Amino acid sequence: MTDLPIQKSGTGADSAPNEPVAGKAKPTAFLEVRDLKVHFPTDDGLVKSVDGLSFQLEKGKTLGIVGESGSGKSVTSLAIMGLHRAGQYGRSKARMSGEIWLEGRELISADPDEVRRLRGKDVAMIFQDPLSAMHPYFTVGAQIVEAYRVHHDVSKAVARKRAIEMLDRVGIPQPDKRVDDYPHQFSGGMRQRAMIAMALSNNPDLLIADEPTTALDVTVQAQILDLIRDLQKEFGSAVIIITHDLGVVAELADDILVMYGGRCVERGPADKVFYEPQHPYTWGLLGSMPRLDRERTERLNPVKGSPPSLINVPSGCAFHPRCPYAELTGGASTTVVPELSEVGSRHHAACHLSAADRERIWTEEIAPKL
Amino acid sequence: MTSPRSSRRRLAAGTAVVVVALLSTAACGGGGGGKSDGNAKAPGFNAAVNKVANASDKKGGTLKFIGTQDADSWDPQRGYYGFMWDFARYYTRQLVSFTPEPGLASTTLKPDLATGLAKVEDGGKTYTYTLKDGLKWEDGSPLTSKDVKYGIERIWAQDVISGGPIYLQQVLDPKGEYKGPYKDTSADKLGLKSIETPDDKTIVFRLPKPNSDFEQMLAMPSGSPVPAAKDTAAKYGLKPFSSGPYKFQSYTPNKSMVLVRNTNWSASTDDLRKALPDKITVTLTTNADDMDKRLINGDYDLDLNATGVGQAARAEVLGKNKANADNPDTGFIRYAVFPTTVKPMDNIHCRKAVILAADHKSLQTARGGPQAGGAIAPNMLPLGIKGADGKYDPYNVLKDTTGNVEEAKKELKACGQPDGFKTTIAVRNNKPIEIATAESLQESLKKVGITTELDEFDGAQTSGIIGAPKTVKSKGYGIIIMGWGADFPSGQGFLQPLVDSRFILESGNNNFAEIKDKAIDGLFDQALTQTDANAAAEVYKQINQKVSEGAYYLPFTFEKNIIWRSSRLTNVYTADAYNGRYDYASLGVQ
Amino acid sequence: MAACGGPGNPRAAAGPSTVLAYIIRRLFAVVVMLLVITLVTFGIFFLIPKWVGVDPATYFIGKQADPASLEGIRKKMGLDDPILVQFGKFLWGLVAGRDYANGTDVTHCSAPCFGYSFRNEQAIWPVLTDRLPVTMQLAAGACVIWVVVGVGTGVVSALKRGSALDRTLMTVALAGVSLPIYFTGMIALAVVVYGLGWIDGQYVPFGESASGWFGGMLLPWVTLAFLYAAMYARMTRATMLEIMGEDYIRTARAKGLREPVVIGKHAMRSTMTPVLTILGMDLGALVGGAILTETTFSLPGIGQAAVKAISDKDFPLILGVTLIAAVAVVVANLLVDLLYAVVDPRVRLS
Repeated sequence: MTDLPIQKSGTGADSAPNEPVAGKAKPTAFLEVRDLKVHFPTDDGLVKSVDGLSFQLEKGKTLGIVGESGSGKSVTSLAIMGLHRAGQYGRSKARMSGEIWLEGRELISADPDEVRRLRGKDVAMIFQDPLSAMHPYFTVGAQIVEAYRVHHDVSKAVARKRAIEMLDRVGIPQPDKRVDDYPHQFSGGMRQRAMIAMALSNNPDLLIADEPTTALDVTVQAQILDLIRDLQKEFGSAVIIITHDLGVVAELADDILVMYGGRCVERGPADKVFYEPQHPYTWGLLGSMPRLDRERTERLNPVKGSPPSLINVPSGCAFHPRCPYAELTGGASTTVVPELSEVGSRHHAACHLSAADRERIWTEEIAPKL
Repeated sequence: MTSPRSSRRRLAAGTAVVVVALLSTAACGGGGGGKSDGNAKAPGFNAAVNKVANASDKKGGTLKFIGTQDADSWDPQRGYYGFMWDFARYYTRQLVSFTPEPGLASTTLKPDLATGLAKVEDGGKTYTYTLKDGLKWEDGSPLTSKDVKYGIERIWAQDVISGGPIYLQQVLDPKGEYKGPYKDTSADKLGLKSIETPDDKTIVFRLPKPNSDFEQMLAMPSGSPVPAAKDTAAKYGLKPFSSGPYKFQSYTPNKSMVLVRNTNWSASTDDLRKALPDKITVTLTTNADDMDKRLINGDYDLDLNATGVGQAARAEVLGKNKANADNPDTGFIRYAVFPTTVKPMDNIHCRKAVILAADHKSLQTARGGPQAGGAIAPNMLPLGIKGADGKYDPYNVLKDTTGNVEEAKKELKACGQPDGFKTTIAVRNNKPIEIATAESLQESLKKVGITTELDEFDGAQTSGIIGAPKTVKSKGYGIIIMGWGADFPSGQGFLQPLVDSRFILESGNNNFAEIKDKAIDGLFDQALTQTDANAAAEVYKQINQKVSEGAYYLPFTFEKNIIWRSSRLTNVYTADAYNGRYDYASLGVQ
Repeated sequence: MAACGGPGNPRAAAGPSTVLAYIIRRLFAVVVMLLVITLVTFGIFFLIPKWVGVDPATYFIGKQADPASLEGIRKKMGLDDPILVQFGKFLWGLVAGRDYANGTDVTHCSAPCFGYSFRNEQAIWPVLTDRLPVTMQLAAGACVIWVVVGVGTGVVSALKRGSALDRTLMTVALAGVSLPIYFTGMIALAVVVYGLGWIDGQYVPFGESASGWFGGMLLPWVTLAFLYAAMYARMTRATMLEIMGEDYIRTARAKGLREPVVIGKHAMRSTMTPVLTILGMDLGALVGGAILTETTFSLPGIGQAAVKAISDKDFPLILGVTLIAAVAVVVANLLVDLLYAVVDPRVRLS
């Protein structure tokens, strides 16, 4: 159904997250993030948005990063894009450390202009609210044409043809007409489709979707997720889906990474995280998942209490103030930062609870209520 | 208009470093002195006061006036501003006019269009003039006695030709029988009976009652001829038809004016106007401080309005540029007046108490000091008027310059107000200096227990507020701060509107004290019948004394001005006939 | 001007006929607005004096106000007519010209007749048309400077937010906003004209001398532009900061666009919209008279005429100046609205 030029196919390699490799050794994975830290100095103190995050991703695979707002998931994606400077803390210079390897290139220490050239071409991104993410004064077509021409030295006419193709590919009816529409003339779902068309126009190896469906109607959400899945198959890109909604990743992700307070609290293959979750926070998230037999009433704040301050992160386990089982740790949860440790095959969690306690609580208290 | 002196190159260089210049404000104030001076040297401070500075007969050049105020009208029958009367001599002539000599001598009348002063007959009721030969209008047509009559008749059309002085109308037609030339049904529009023109050279005025100042009135611009054929009625002031040495080349109100030589004017018929410059320009600006600076810089020759150098530039003018300044008397008196209809100012002793308690020195300071303000005035007749006596000082203000509290308290007791009283001082809200003097007066009156409240009224509504006796009474204005200058330099011109009971008007009144003294009124009648100016002066002296004795007025200062004279001005002198302004018609440039 | 509606309210649907209808509707509103302004101004200057007991005729006459002359003025002016008749005559004069007549004393005033100055008998319209070009030259020249300097400063300041440069620029801008024109104007005159004598600094018509004209206009331009540049710098900076935080700027960066393109194309496009809106209003208001600038530099423009007219109580001229100012503001408002529709597609087609 398409005459798109390049078809990339995913590699068959083991794409699950692994323990990070120490040092600056060149990794073999398509994308590898090692001990990423993104800190913003502000007047109130140092905001530790991301504080030691590591993961890997292979081509053709999808990673879901799940967490509440403020857990550091969006900052992580912006850091990969090299866009962390324009973050929510104004022009305060972000302090970054760690490594981000993309196809053998380290991005944090790379020349900003080199990273810029990767942006949009090798790594593309779609955002939560497609209305505000598109410039209101330029036509949809012009914005796609621009995205394409940054990385391809072609005439406007060629780029326009490409834009129409892409709009067609993402399911916009009458793309040759709608290409000249302005974003506000599109419906919400169409706008997100257009954003996807724009992001994919350069055949990126990595697509980062930051809450791609949050702003959309439920029915449209499913369509968009289907579209992303189809396109991933077709293009063979790696995909990172960032969401607070486990339901979204359940449909798409191969692997899931749960973030809390700027750190990873649990990660592993999707079915493991869904069926054998090892962290009380993941349990809370699962408890708030929509169920087919129940109207979804709340979307955010799946766990009681409010997200932690990123300036004064709670001591010990950052989750302990909200954790109903903190007292079972014998005080460790308030003093010792839990390490991410292997709890199953390619499955890691950072929790002081003993394996027995976790097993008992999951099977006796949590699972029956889901 | 003025052509820019700066070359293109300087301009370009200038723009490039404007920013630098703005930062280095240290450069401010440098470079006075004047660029157009050439090799001229200013003849010194007061060099042109009552004497001629830079006497010269050299013709040519452009005389450049600048001013912040345009004339109320350049129509000879409509202008009332003092500077307009001075300037109007460039393009108008009268039967008689003022002598082109410095100081008091200027107030003497000389024949202008006429061959001589009037032949006065019939006990001062008939004035006859004969016109000179060879008088011409700017188009070369002959100027006749009928033109003079027609010009004067225009005063009667007050609904069209409004704004100018109406003395001639009051004297020649006190009952108002004539309706003016525009409603005149006679073919030649010369229906006014009290003026006769038996032939083109002769004009006869028949006064119902004698008036010794009648010739003074004819000397005003309102006595100028206007040819009926060239009368554009209300619009005449935009381009008056010239009988003088210059004619209008262009005029845009509130903007600029250019006068050029009237080639049909013949110097042989006119020994009052020197007509030295080839061209006269007037630039009207809105920034008085800028104007002073440009005068000092030499961009212009003099201030058209001659209202005095502003506060901001005064130090600079009286400092290193003092040789370019003159400090003449303006003929104005600044004073406080006591409406006798308002209690307790109806009592002479209370009035005297105020005069005695006042601190004359600080009032003078509030007016601007001895130079910018003027000398302390001991009485109500300024020195430029015949009959004035600068030594007549009934309240000893020249001695007790800071006031005499003891004497004032005695007067208060005699008034029945031993502890003082309360009253209101009315002052114009648009005259900061008058407000300052009112505050000064308020201070010194406190010392004797007289407490006062200032009422700052709309200065533009003077005639309807303090000029309306009813309002004065209802508002309880016990003291009014005002100033006054004569329309023509005589006791009648100066004092009569202020003190004669017959001049009290319902609106536009100037006899604010509402003096109703039969003796004073009688003395005016006596003075008006005097054909001898010196004899009349004696009578005015008596009137002045009576006014002082009545304690109606507290004079502050005989006003003085600091006026700028560019170094290139020639033949420059102040004239009492023009309130201490330079006699414009005599000026030339080097 | 509330009834004109701020920019953003026109709801013109697509299609030439509806756009035309929209424009016609707006033009109609403008005409109504101008009529109301005319009536109000007319009322203020001709009727209120009467209500508070001042005969307007006395304003047109000099020291002597004898009853006969006042009667003549009233008759000529039509001051004794009923209010609506006076207003109607005034409106008719605007369209067709009129004669002021008192018996044989007739003054003709050709259309558009704003009356004539009783101060110096000039018809008001030629006075306005004589002075309008000066004010327009002032406004246009200053506008070019302040847009370039102000917007440039605002953008630089926003991009370098918090830096020493930003703080310096914003301090200067604060000074620019706070200092009165009379003050900055006199300083400029003192330094450039009186002090250094680089330029003459007096208005000369362009036709007389181009360099003289430039020398005369330079300081007024710079002084006026300083004030506005300061305002525009602050506004641009604030807008720019807001825009730079917009999602679509992040999108532009995510595309891999160079930063100059992100700022110059994406951010500036949005920043210029409010700037254009304000610019239209400011220019409209300035054409109505840059009173302080024209007074300080003695520029023979509308503002100077307004000051003179007020101090002279020359009501016909005040009325004329007010109407010109009102027309300028209303027309500017209309243009801004139409321009807004061109600039912002959301307004154009909704």
